[in-house]
Order: sequence, then structure tokens, then C-alpha cells
Amino acid sequence: MRLQLGSDDLARTLARLGAAGLVLFALVYVLVIAQPPPLTGTGNWRTTTFGSAIDDPGNFFRVLLDAVTFAGLLFIVASGFTLIFGLMRVVNMAHGSFYLLGGYIAWEVQQRMTGEGFSIASAEVNTWEWVAPLLVAAGVIATIGLIGQQTLLRWNAGQDLRQALITIAISVIVADQVIAHFEGGNAVSVTWPGWLDRFVDLQLFDIQYSLIRLSVLALGLGVGIALYLWLYRTRTGMVIRAGVDDQQMTSALGINIQKTFAIAFIVGAALAAFGGVVGASQANVASGVDAQWLLNSLVVVIIGGLGSLVGAAAGSLLYALVFSFSATYLPTTGNECCTQYNIVFTFVLLTLVLAFRPQGLFGRPG
Amino acid sequence: MAGWGPKTLVERGIAVGVLVLAALGPLIFNPYWVNSILTQTFLIGIAAASLIFLSAYGGMVSLAQTALYGIAGFIVGNLVTQGETKGLNLGWDPTVALIVAILLTTAIGLVFGLVAARSAGIYFLMLTLTYAVIANYFFGQVTLVSGFSGISGIDRYTPGFVGDVVTNPNRLYYIALAVAVAVYVLIRYLVRTPFGIALQGVRDEPVRMSSLGYNVPLHRAIAFAVGAFVASLAGVLYVWWNGQVDPQTIGLQATIDLLVVAVIGGLARIEGAWVGAFVFIVIDNYVREVEVPLVGGSFNTIVGLIFLAVVVLSPDGLMGLWDRITGVVLRGSGRGGVEAQRAAPDVGS
Repeated sequence: MRLQLGSDDLARTLARLGAAGLVLFALVYVLVIAQPPPLTGTGNWRTTTFGSAIDDPGNFFRVLLDAVTFAGLLFIVASGFTLIFGLMRVVNMAHGSFYLLGGYIAWEVQQRMTGEGFSIASAEVNTWEWVAPLLVAAGVIATIGLIGQQTLLRWNAGQDLRQALITIAISVIVADQVIAHFEGGNAVSVTWPGWLDRFVDLQLFDIQYSLIRLSVLALGLGVGIALYLWLYRTRTGMVIRAGVDDQQMTSALGINIQKTFAIAFIVGAALAAFGGVVGASQANVASGVDAQWLLNSLVVVIIGGLGSLVGAAAGSLLYALVFSFSATYLPTTGNECCTQYNIVFTFVLLTLVLAFRPQGLFGRPG
Repeated sequence: MAGWGPKTLVERGIAVGVLVLAALGPLIFNPYWVNSILTQTFLIGIAAASLIFLSAYGGMVSLAQTALYGIAGFIVGNLVTQGETKGLNLGWDPTVALIVAILLTTAIGLVFGLVAARSAGIYFLMLTLTYAVIANYFFGQVTLVSGFSGISGIDRYTPGFVGDVVTNPNRLYYIALAVAVAVYVLIRYLVRTPFGIALQGVRDEPVRMSSLGYNVPLHRAIAFAVGAFVASLAGVLYVWWNGQVDPQTIGLQATIDLLVVAVIGGLARIEGAWVGAFVFIVIDNYVREVEVPLVGGSFNTIVGLIFLAVVVLSPDGLMGLWDRITGVVLRGSGRGGVEAQRAAPDVGS
């Protein structure tokens, strides 16, 4: 039975036009069409929380900043995921669990260091009392990652499905162990150092913006620059890039590829923990957050292209923009409280990208 | 199925024995076993069968089957209830709701399949996991159709031909058994049709099939829709059995649980779905209260460790173990072993 879709080219052109129209409409809607809620009565399809960018540029830039700073955190986590995949073809389904465990470990260490109660005032925390828990968490997770990789993933290289299943098993165990050993899996927050916990005047549309969120963006940029310098300016980075291109050839040239794999896994796991600590500081970590961050990592790298650092950056930005703007700029009648449709737009974004580039924006075909 | 080797004979014997035992179930087992363990085994097995069908014959390990089964359950719940719970409470006729739920879920599966059809293997796993988590958040966040607490009391609205499953749960037992057998027969039939053969070609040699003129993405998408159809049957049975469906029903935990069921049973043979479901549910019912020694943790740590052990030691699950044991014991017939190897996805290769 042969199945034909008919005139492929026409369908593809129509789909492209439709997608372009959809994106264009969304842009125009946010920039001009949207209106703030009327003073009396319910709104119509043009009613959004803040109105369009022209009506309320202050809130438009605030949402834009929210998106960009969220992208910073997304990039920290997803870059680790994509690094591990790019080199070893291991889809680390335990990445969200590393994030979760990293956040909890940092919280525990900070509790011990400051000797404070369940919640700590930021004035009580100095820079070292934030950096030390971060380093401990990253170190512990990197060690767990290394042990896991050496014992469970080294001998079955190339069996990508089996390796994904193994990391799923690890994520099940970690999720349950977190509940058993850290506050029953209830939400906890790591506290930022006091000097960061304030708002700064951006001198733009009277926006007072959280310095914490800006520093998350700075950390994301820092991770991006560090990874770039590491991968493109050092010998180890060169070997890793060679391994991404052709593992067997790299190995044949006398390079210890297993050592490179171990290094990449350590860095990838540590980045998940780093993200976990930042995420736990900016918001919190709780049982179930691992699923959310596994989803975030997956969406970012599927959009951006698996294994590509630039793709992770582009995917983070695109996903964060769609996520933040669809939360604020969807039509609302103003009287329904709890429904959020922005998860649907995550799916639309994913569908649009995959429909035209199955390998992701910066992924390699095949 | 020409040539009845000794292995086939043994397996057919076991199958007949199990079926007779199942048919006499309510006479033999106590009500707890019939209504909780066995009924659940049948319906979870159906969901797992949809996963194994896609894996064994399409080379696609899908983590969206739990989501699809939940979607069918949510549709039934929204359509049949009459105002006393969350959701749309449309109060439709349960038979119409049943048909709409199955058709709509199959259509959603087709859309999912079309989006995912150009990726295979590990990409497919990731993409379907993304679907699953998105569906979970969707039902959690959109209060119009469910919201966090979900829809309850669905088991009071069953079609006339099903009858009252609350006071007479044995009816649901037999319906679940019949659907399970029908699904098994359907899948065994489907993989012998030209479509099924082409699908296995797509699994093994997508490039060659494509150059022979077969539309590879469309075959994958249709297979995925078939998987969604089977999963929707399990979803409908689930809401009749459980009475309730909420976002947790299709959460990451539930998604992974179904994968664990399929992997324990074996991703290469359809029978494994019910074997895995039975083992998982028995463990679930009798190991719930156990505290794990040494490391601490609960049931899920045990599940994780069992899952890890299965994937590390016998990646094709209990059915794969069976194939290997019979391969050794009945050496010389050999046929079963070869067939199982050919049907196996690239889990262990």
C-alpha cells in the first residue's frame, strides 16, 4: 500500500505562508492591536492585561526583560543537556533530576552554613554563603554524573535508546530519594546574597527591575561565553568538537575519547546543578520541578537543534519569548482567574519549528 | 505462523491456559484481585500494548501513550458528567461520548504523529515526552476542561451495553478482558497487512523504503494514530474503572510507569504488555508500604531499581528473557529466537 500526500510542493508552500502569517499576526497583535481592559464591562478579542506595546511600553519592556532573563536560566540548563548529547549521543533524561537535586543540596549547605531557620533573610547571606553552596552542589552532582556515566553509560555506547532508558531509571530513583531526604520534597528556596536583592532603576519608562533577574541573565551570558572560550579556544574544547564531528576518527588519532566523554559529562551535569541553584534562588525547587526542567531542556534543544551551543541559545531565547508573551498578551476577558493557555503556545512553537526543520534551527540533518 | 515448533506449542498452551483462567477469574480469585489487580492489568496492558506496537513494529518508542489515554479519559469525563464536577459537564449520552472520545483521540494522535513523523529513534522519544508533559500542564492549567483537581464521578455514566460498573464491577472485568483480547488480535492482524509489512520496512530501512516510493512520514503518522486509537480504548476503560481522571493521571510519573510496564514486559513482543502490567501492578499493590533499607525512599525507588536492572541485564524485558530461555532449552527449533531477534527494536543492538 503506497500512501501519497499529493502535490507536496503546493502543500508546503501553503503551510509556510500560513506559518509566516501566524507569526506576523502575533507580532502585530502584541505591538499594535492589543488593548488594555476597558474600565467598565468585559473586553473583546483585543483585550489583554496591559494592552499593546504602544499603549503601555513600560510593561512591554518588562515582559521582554522577563523573557530574556528567563532565557538566561534556560540556557544554563539546556547547554549542559546539549553538550552531553552533542558529544556522546546520550539523551540525559535525568537532567531535570540533576537540576532538582542540585537546588536541594545547595539549600541544605546554605542552611548549615548560616545556621538560620527554614527561610533566611537575604541580608543575612553574604556572597560566599551563596557561592559555596553553589560549588558544593555542582561538585556533588558532577561526581554523581561521572559515577553514573562510568558505571552505567560507558559500556553501552551507541545504544541510544537503552541509555535514555537508563537515565530515566536514574531520574525515577533521584526523584524518590529527594522526597525521602529533603523536606519531603516540599518547596525550598536558596537565598541570594543581600546586595543583589534589590531593584534598580533602568532609566527607561520608569521601570524598576529586579537585580536578581538581571544577574540571572548575566550568569547565563557568562556560562555562554565560558563555554564558547572552552570549546573554541582550548585544546580540550578542540578535542570535544572533533569528537562531535567524528568520534572514531578522533579516537584513531590517539586521543583518549573516553576521558573527553567523562569531562563533557562532568561539565554537563554540573551545569544542570548550577541551573538548579540559580533556579532555586530565583524561585524555588520542589518535587515535580524535575519534570518541568526536563521539559524546558527538551523544548529548548529540540527547537534549537540537538548538540548545538548556538542552537541552545537561540532555542532558549525563542522559548522564553513565546512563554512570557503568551502568558501576558493573550486575550483575556478579565474575569477568569486561573486558566493559562501559554502551554498551548509552547506546543505551537515546537510544531512550527519541527514542521520546517525537523532537526531544529541549528541542528544537523540526519 | 506456518510450522508449529515446540516453542509455539508451549506458548499457545500457556496462552490458552491464561485465557481460561482469566475467563473464570471471578470464580477463582477474590474480589480484590478481580476488581483491582486483574482489571487494572488488562487496561494498563492495553495502553502498554500501544507503546509496544509502535516500538516493535514502527521503531518508535513513544512516551505520549499515557497522555493520549488521559486525553480520551478527559474527553469522556467532560462529555458525560452532568454538573457536579469540574470540566464542561455536557451531559451527553455515554455511547456518543465513547465514540467521540475514541475518534478525537485518534485524530489528535494523527496530528502528533504528523509533527513527529520525520524524526525517529531517540528524537521521537524526546518529542513524545514533550507532548506528554505539555498535555499534563494543559489539563492542569486550563480550568475550563479540568484544572488541578480533575473530573470525578465518571463511572456513574457508562453506556447501556456496559451497564452499571459501580455495583457490578465484574462486568468491567469481562469488558476489559474482551477489549484486551481484541486489541491483541487487531495488532497481530495489522502487522500482517501490507501496511504492517511496509511499517516494519520503514522501521528497518527508512531510506530504502523512501526510495522505493513509500511515504515514510505518513506510515509513521498512521501507525501513531493506530497507537492513539488503542491508547484511547485503555483511557475510556480507565475512567470507567477509576471513576476519576486528573492531571496526575498523565503526569511524568504515570508516563514513566507505563514505560516501565512496557520495558519490564519487553519492547519487542505485544504479549509483554500484559506480562509487564501484571508484574508491575502486583508489585505496586504489595510493595507500597515497604521502606527501602539502607538508602531510604519508597515504592518508586524500588521501581527505579527494578527498571534499571531490567534495562541493564535484559533490555528486551521478561519476554526477551523467555525467548532466550526457550531458545536454550529448545535448541534446534530455533525459530522463535530468530523471529524475536528480528522483531526486536534497537534496544540491545
